[in-house]
Amino acid sequence: MQITINGKQIAAVEGKTVLEIAMINGIDIPFLCYHSDLKIKANCRLCLVSIKGKRGLQTACSTLVEPDMEISTESAEINQIRKTNLELLFAQYKKSLGAWDFNPELLRLAKKYQIDLQRFSDRKKHYPKYQFGPAVLFDTSKCIDCRNCVDACHNQAVDFLEIREKETFFQPAPSQDKKTDCIYCGQCVAHCPVAALSAAADFDKVEKALNQKNKVVVFQFAPSIRTSIGEEFNLPYGEVVTEKIVGALKALGADKVFDTSVGADFTSTEEAKELIEKIQAGKGACLSSCCPSWVKYVEFFYPEFVHCLATTRSPQIILGGLIKTYFANKDKIDPKKVVVVSIMPCTSKKYEITRKELEINGLKPVDYVLTTRELAHLFKKHKIDLKTVKPEKADDPLGLPTGGGVIYGASGGVAESALRSAYLMMTKANLPKIEFTEVRGLQGIKKALIQMGDRTIKMAVVNGIGNAKTILEELKKNPKAYDAVEVMACPGGCIGGGGQPVPTYGAIRSKRAGSLYEIDAKEQGRIAHLNPVVKEVYRDYLINEKIIKTICHTKYASVKRK
Amino acid sequence: MAEIDIIAKLKESKLLGRSGSGFPTGLKWEMVKNEKAAKKYIVCNAASGEPKVMKDEYLLENHPQEIIEGIKIALQTIDNSSAYIYLRKDFYVKFKDILVKLTKNLPIMLVKKPGGYLAGEETCVCEAIEGKNPEPRIKPPFPTQAGLFGFPTLINNVETFYYVSQIAKSQYKNTRFYTVAGQAKNKGVFELPADWPIERVLKETGNWPKSDFFAQVGGGASGEVLLPEELQKPAGGPGAIIIYEKKKTACLKLMKEWAVFFLEQNCDKCTPCREGVFRISEMLNKGKVDGKALQDIVVNLREASFCGLGKIAGIPFSGLINKVCKSLLTENK
Repeated sequence: MQITINGKQIAAVEGKTVLEIAMINGIDIPFLCYHSDLKIKANCRLCLVSIKGKRGLQTACSTLVEPDMEISTESAEINQIRKTNLELLFAQYKKSLGAWDFNPELLRLAKKYQIDLQRFSDRKKHYPKYQFGPAVLFDTSKCIDCRNCVDACHNQAVDFLEIREKETFFQPAPSQDKKTDCIYCGQCVAHCPVAALSAAADFDKVEKALNQKNKVVVFQFAPSIRTSIGEEFNLPYGEVVTEKIVGALKALGADKVFDTSVGADFTSTEEAKELIEKIQAGKGACLSSCCPSWVKYVEFFYPEFVHCLATTRSPQIILGGLIKTYFANKDKIDPKKVVVVSIMPCTSKKYEITRKELEINGLKPVDYVLTTRELAHLFKKHKIDLKTVKPEKADDPLGLPTGGGVIYGASGGVAESALRSAYLMMTKANLPKIEFTEVRGLQGIKKALIQMGDRTIKMAVVNGIGNAKTILEELKKNPKAYDAVEVMACPGGCIGGGGQPVPTYGAIRSKRAGSLYEIDAKEQGRIAHLNPVVKEVYRDYLINEKIIKTICHTKYASVKRK
Repeated sequence: MAEIDIIAKLKESKLLGRSGSGFPTGLKWEMVKNEKAAKKYIVCNAASGEPKVMKDEYLLENHPQEIIEGIKIALQTIDNSSAYIYLRKDFYVKFKDILVKLTKNLPIMLVKKPGGYLAGEETCVCEAIEGKNPEPRIKPPFPTQAGLFGFPTLINNVETFYYVSQIAKSQYKNTRFYTVAGQAKNKGVFELPADWPIERVLKETGNWPKSDFFAQVGGGASGEVLLPEELQKPAGGPGAIIIYEKKKTACLKLMKEWAVFFLEQNCDKCTPCREGVFRISEMLNKGKVDGKALQDIVVNLREASFCGLGKIAGIPFSGLINKVCKSLLTENK
């Protein structure tokens, strides 16, 4: 169909909203509460437009296009209304200016509509800050009540954030219901348009460690970071910046930079072994355990499945453990002097490193986790521009991953990498095809039947934890419904994690994931357990079951809300 | 009675919804009837949140049979339908027994409105009956298309159902129920012609004040403020006329009461209503009103609010300040 926006003829598709069509065509209609992941709320009232033949103004986000619709997105009246609305919201937002985590959109709109920044006083001056575990900070005094966080939390089937009444205002707040608890996924952070929700920042502690002469600061960076952090420096979505990250971390003062994707190769190796063992022993479904939010979800909401979680540790934890043992031994460094910092797309990884049972000889495998956004802030603060920094290769001995380790950053990647290894280990035959495309992509639930010798493996990949319930309920009824299940809490997997740059939505997730798969396709080594680094470490260090268990495996238990 | 008959009769009577929105009742019934759906709902809305509107209570007290009769006619007219009577808390307590008795063996259920909210708006009513937070929904779809539990829903006010029963009996004479309240001599609920000017309603009921006054017409919070010379038109909204004698009325105090009402009763979903009402209240608490800010907020409420409540929330404030107490305004540059 044809519609007209501001006098210009535009082709539109039935079923789309005015806002969607405007965005596709580069027409700037302001909004704060719209997000393509979430249901339409139309509560910020910034996207009001006038439509010929309709009484009053209409919100572009909630109005479906109709043939020959004539839309005006700007007028003196509309701009005045936007101005007043922005002024009403700005009082809360003001406090975000100058904060480390900051979304410039409202400031951009403030300038565009020439608002009086001081017109209204701060309504929420005395509002509290909440911290959710070691992961997420909610400064309610900055909240502009768009309610995106509540809906994002609901999409995750957690409903920890809810609308509650406080002093005559209904507003987002953490639930007091003991039947729910935060799983630290940070999807609230990823959907907050004003950074009232942010990662619980740890960059100052990392800066401090970098300044201590007697510390050896070792960084590792997650698979998904390499195709997302560029966005923070205005590089195109999905731009691969692996070696620039290493160069920038070196410029920041890192002693060593390793690649968490190498840790992922160890995880795949151990998880493949676990999967084969479970299948052969008929022990029921093997649930992935790389995603700490998913682990907490199972421990809290579905404790009856705790025994199904793979005991294999996540990539950052295995790599951290190896850094403080294998690497420290090799380089003759006192492991107590080693500070391991993980750069993660994730707020939940901050929680994962606090799990006591992961300690090795009384040391945490990882000392600090910074999110993608935290690292970008740190780079900017230290005037390191990712665009111009000299690229460097990650360090030996834990710097060279396989493609299997890199695709961990996308939903289905863990499953695919583990399947590649499991297939070879179980059948001792060559892989008929290395790519398991059935488990890729952004659908909520992906299923695949995979022939391994004389066995058919039933695989389910859950993309976004809101979809996990379906599979778990199925498993409750029929424990043999699936042999292996991968769950990533965040939509798209880690490339859509709570610590990633904003905005994050479908098309951006596809770009970030697509680049990971491109890296994999170009790699010589694509099978985790055949990685020469992995082989060397098993030959020299992970030499018996006891030490493999210490470095590579963990345990879980049901938890209640504190 | 044949069902087509009643819709034709409703249309002929030109009955308008008596919640205050004034939508033609016959058209609404026809819309719900013509929707194709496995089941449909009928809701009698007895949860108007506007203060000082007494007519719904009066009708529940004096004419419960006629109200139920109106709902029964709707049940007969709309296929596969069942009904709810959605009652304000105090109404629920007061009228539960009689309504239970009258609806025995009928597919009519009573629902108590959750406390505190101004949940009389149609889509809020649907949310509340479904057990959710009573917040307005995006329209379209309208409740007539997809209302309660997603099914076509006919929502009418208590008074509307009362008049449906009168129209069915051909006893409707184009009247409505007015509430006269405030500093009036002869307060109460009066059934009088719907097209009478407010002045005539006040004079005929012996309520025209002797001293200078203004009236709030519609509801006791969002109603329009009118001076004596502006009372030549019929009453709007839910038909309350609240008299304020100028010498006995402290404007600031009155407006603060309105502001508290809106602060407490609005759902805080949309920016203009949540923040705008707060800023009006803030200015009132300071005792000085920035005329430009008030004007901007009132325009925003009217043009940009999500629901009907927000759209009218600014009207009484700007009306009272501009017509009666300009002295509260700060100097405008």
